[in-house]
Amino acid sequence: MLAYIARRAVLAVITMAAISVLSFIIIQAPPGDFVDAYIANLSASGSSVSAEEARGLRILYGLDQPIYVQYVKWMSRVLVGDFGESMEWHRPVAEVIGDRLWLTVALSLAALILTWGIALPLGIYSAVRQYSVMDYILTTISFIGLAVPNFLLALVIMYFAFVLFGANVGGLFSSEFDLAPWSLAKAWDLIKHLPLPAVILALAGTAQLIRIMRANLLDELRKPYVITARAKGLPEWRVIMKYPVRAALNPFASTIAYLFPYLVSGSIIISLVLSLPTVGPLLLKALIAQDMFLAGTIVLLLGVMTVIGTFISDLVLMWVDPRIRHELD
Amino acid sequence: MPPILMVDLMTTSQPLLSVKNLKTYFALDDGVVKAVDGVSFDIHAGRTLGIVGESGCGKSITARTILGIVDRPGRIEGGEIWLTRQAEDGTPYQTDLLTLPLEGSEMRAIRGKEIALVFQEPMASFSHYYTVGNQIMESILLHTALGEEGARQRAIDLLGMVGVPKPERRIDDYPFQLSGGLRQRVMIAMALACDPHVLIADEPTTALDVTTQAQVLNLLQTIQKERALSVILITHDMGVIAEMADDVVVMYLGRAVERGPVDAIFYDPKHPYTKALLRSIPSITAKPRTKLATLEGSIPHPFARPKGCPFHPRCAEAIKGVCDRYEPVPIAQGEGRDVSCFLYGGQP
Repeated sequence: MLAYIARRAVLAVITMAAISVLSFIIIQAPPGDFVDAYIANLSASGSSVSAEEARGLRILYGLDQPIYVQYVKWMSRVLVGDFGESMEWHRPVAEVIGDRLWLTVALSLAALILTWGIALPLGIYSAVRQYSVMDYILTTISFIGLAVPNFLLALVIMYFAFVLFGANVGGLFSSEFDLAPWSLAKAWDLIKHLPLPAVILALAGTAQLIRIMRANLLDELRKPYVITARAKGLPEWRVIMKYPVRAALNPFASTIAYLFPYLVSGSIIISLVLSLPTVGPLLLKALIAQDMFLAGTIVLLLGVMTVIGTFISDLVLMWVDPRIRHELD
Repeated sequence: MPPILMVDLMTTSQPLLSVKNLKTYFALDDGVVKAVDGVSFDIHAGRTLGIVGESGCGKSITARTILGIVDRPGRIEGGEIWLTRQAEDGTPYQTDLLTLPLEGSEMRAIRGKEIALVFQEPMASFSHYYTVGNQIMESILLHTALGEEGARQRAIDLLGMVGVPKPERRIDDYPFQLSGGLRQRVMIAMALACDPHVLIADEPTTALDVTTQAQVLNLLQTIQKERALSVILITHDMGVIAEMADDVVVMYLGRAVERGPVDAIFYDPKHPYTKALLRSIPSITAKPRTKLATLEGSIPHPFARPKGCPFHPRCAEAIKGVCDRYEPVPIAQGEGRDVSCFLYGGQP
């Protein structure tokens, strides 16, 4: 088993190296570079940049060198924790992302806990009481939830929150704290702003999760081992929680793989609609501006989180599923 | 108050379990399937009752109905299940299980404690997320005063008793680590965990190969003798019945068509269905190169239950105008025997 874990760890490192190359290529793939985007931006606002200045900028950012040289230079700095400078923000990439990273993780984590906390019990109820009135109500709501785009839901909730309660849902801070340095008052302001976006983000994933949990559990409820447990005289809720629910939860261990990148990026579209200062919208802006070090670092971060997530989900699966554990021995 | 009978469980002629006119129906979208439709039988202390019939005749549902664990959309529609029990001072009394709430604590105290089940697929009937020890100890912890430590020791003893080698190590195995035969032994150990009076074995050997089958049947026999267990053995295999059963109930489409002691059923079958079942057993004395007799046709579709005697469309001896119109009732055929067939009288 240890050998297996070691092999997976080595593979993970190789995968990460491949991802770094790929993310660099992807960032370079659109035609033009940051300087082109910068010039286009300036000329749109009326000013112009001479060819001389453009060449100067390219040399400044190292854009005149071949792509592999740029990659090796970038990577050799990344390995010591220097992710380069954001061309658009004129600040180190680590700083630009760092501000938003913890907000994103806090928000995503809150949303995730809410989603699971709401969806799993409802999914279990829906399966155990299949075809009951409540199951039909939950099924109807989930299907509406699945069909409505999440950002629309965000807009609607924002509208009603504003009209009915006068609450401004956008952003994570009140305007006076937006650019202020961290203080107790700012933290309190954040805590006040956190619940609504978290709920909106959570609701978006809830409908889907209810359906998955319901389907998983329905499969398990029909299995003979459930009857064995009932025949022992266990109370019905204990039968259900110990046996079929346990089995139905197992596949969720493998979703950890894609939850990890979600934690650091959040939901891009919802974050844009709610103007949340999370990493998702930052990536979008960096891609539009061809801010290659910023975009590259975020893409790299997402890739690395996916690899780490997959690795952890394998470990968790091994831990929760005795069959996998014993297959490896 | 249930009637109190001042007799000992072992010596009484009172059956330990008496099933009367049991009906379990499944209401499906396309109609009602009468899986168990008025079956009656008695089981006495220390004896084995064989319930035999083709697949789909309602044997397994009968077993589950007795324990009150029929899955939706199944519903127990009627009948009585009288279980003779012992009060704390040892006096026996009887309870009709169907009058107890299905999810009530009294019914749950009977499941696994007084009546236990052994299932047909040992692989699917265990959860693969818990060790066999965990799954055996669960009933012990639930029904007895033993603590964790005591329950584990008892589980090890049980595993040893059913012939699992190195039980103190096997107890921490997961079901998928055991062979099919061992799994079925563990299943039997699990059923015996709380010393039940009645053991229902639902096709306990169907999923096993022939040698293992014989071993498991031997084990069941030994345990029954040692503990004076009452066993209800559900099978489609007449050979298993011949070897194991004291009394036999032949079921067809949710009904008992013939009941009696095993010798009487084998040497003097009355019902055409029983005769046909017995003819379909391969025999070592049969003439070489003759075709094995098979039962004509197959069990009718559950929604298209034949009118009259349910067996008449497949019956060579059916009486026109009688069997296809009227339902036969049990006709006594001597000591402890009856047959539901118009060939033996009965007024249509």
